[in-house]
Amino acid sequence: MSFLSCLISGISLGSVYAIIALGYTMVYGIAKMLNFAHGDIIMVGAFTAFTIVSSLGMPSMMGVLTAIILCTALGVTVERIAYKPLRGASSLAVLITAIGVSYFLQNVVLLIFGPNPKKFQSVVSLPGLKLAGGELSISAVTIITVVTCLLVMAVLTTFINRTKMGQAMLAVSEDRGAATLMGINVNGTIALTFAIGSALAAVAGVLYCSAYDTLTPYIGSMPGIKAFVAAVFGGIGSIPGAFIGGIAMGIIEQMTKKYISSQLADAIVFAVLIIVLLVRPTGLLGRKIHEKV
Amino acid sequence: MAILEVKDLEVYYGVIQAIKGISFEVNQGEIIALIGANGAGKTTTLQTITGLIPSKAGSIFYEGKEITHIPGHKLVSMGMAHVPEGRRVFAQLTVLQNLKLGAYTRKDKNELDQTLQLVYERFPRLEERKNQSAGTLSGGEQQMLAMGRALMSHPKLIVMDEPSMGLSPIYVNEIFDIIQKINADGTTVLLVEQNAKKALSIADRAYVLETGKIVLSGDAKELMNNDQVKKAYLSE
Repeated sequence: MSFLSCLISGISLGSVYAIIALGYTMVYGIAKMLNFAHGDIIMVGAFTAFTIVSSLGMPSMMGVLTAIILCTALGVTVERIAYKPLRGASSLAVLITAIGVSYFLQNVVLLIFGPNPKKFQSVVSLPGLKLAGGELSISAVTIITVVTCLLVMAVLTTFINRTKMGQAMLAVSEDRGAATLMGINVNGTIALTFAIGSALAAVAGVLYCSAYDTLTPYIGSMPGIKAFVAAVFGGIGSIPGAFIGGIAMGIIEQMTKKYISSQLADAIVFAVLIIVLLVRPTGLLGRKIHEKV
Repeated sequence: MAILEVKDLEVYYGVIQAIKGISFEVNQGEIIALIGANGAGKTTTLQTITGLIPSKAGSIFYEGKEITHIPGHKLVSMGMAHVPEGRRVFAQLTVLQNLKLGAYTRKDKNELDQTLQLVYERFPRLEERKNQSAGTLSGGEQQMLAMGRALMSHPKLIVMDEPSMGLSPIYVNEIFDIIQKINADGTTVLLVEQNAKKALSIADRAYVLETGKIVLSGDAKELMNNDQVKKAYLSE
């Protein structure tokens, strides 16, 4: 039974990674950049929800919505100010800028809220489930996290495959010049991608901090990096890949903590990444690049 | 009436000047060929017209309106379509998805379905392969898809960059036939080609581009008999 509960907590943690990884992978696929500030958007989302719910005492739904709106605006603003001027610059320049944005966000939050950890009050106040005569208990946060992740996946997949904007995103991800020739506003499409990715980061931030209740300005970096690993593991640029990579990451991490060593958990998670990249450099679902001349 | 007018256009890649002040015009209903050797600036000219590359000086007018600084994606709904060099179909998407992206700027669903039928009539092979991903098509089929995709926007002016590049002789003939048919349906064509013989044989007028300058221009049939052109581009 403890195996099962470990599996469930792995899926739950993995769902958070998957939601973050979706943002990473979409931005990578469409804007062709690794947004290392993505993890800090998660942190901003969590701090926003914390301020609204714990400090101002408003309902938790209000906190979640404000976090989503604020992070979406933040993501689009960061893209406009920091990344858009670098369109066409080397990917290293963009990467370094993203790291700069990451430190900037951390330090702004540090200035406002100070270095002391805050206690994040879970936005979910529902009772959990008890199964198998109380031996297996699943918290409400876990259920909501997994359901949210599945919902996000379904909505995103439908959006990309069934709507004009979604098709435009695919076109931009494949060939910006050709997409422009179709009449697609490439800059607008990239901004929309950042908006979606950042909104997802806000959701992930709230869910992550509802499960692990300590809040500091550096809270975003670890889940951010692990979600990045999940995205690469699943095949960066692939939406189902981000989902599978995220869930796999969460399960591997929790299983390692339980059966091997909790101190080694992170090392093993990254070791798995290295092995996957050695065997399948494009990740589990990554596309092979083949060009026809 | 000139549908497209280019005046003293200059384009730079960094410090290198690729286009050194060229002027030409395309009249309604014409097929205009832009011929020249590799590196003469043909593709650069087209990409500047359709807004993919910014110009340094000069101006471009489309239907009398200055479009020099209008972003490329806005030109499509004004009636300009560009079939790019190397086809650049969206390889991961299906043929049908590619065609629908060609009609991205159009709203009316019924009109769109009609255009799709017309494109299928012109390129029956695209209908046969509509659910196949574009990357699996042969070079000639990809060229047809690129042309069909451009036609989906229902353009008044279609700009084509090396449509015959890398194709087998049978396809080359087919592609040139189709260009003539597209033109007969009322679409003005601006064609860039290294296959000067073929291009001149279907064009009304032509311009010869050499290292960023127009060195010759005139009636296509006359240019075909011009000694300079014969020697340099028709290998006679």
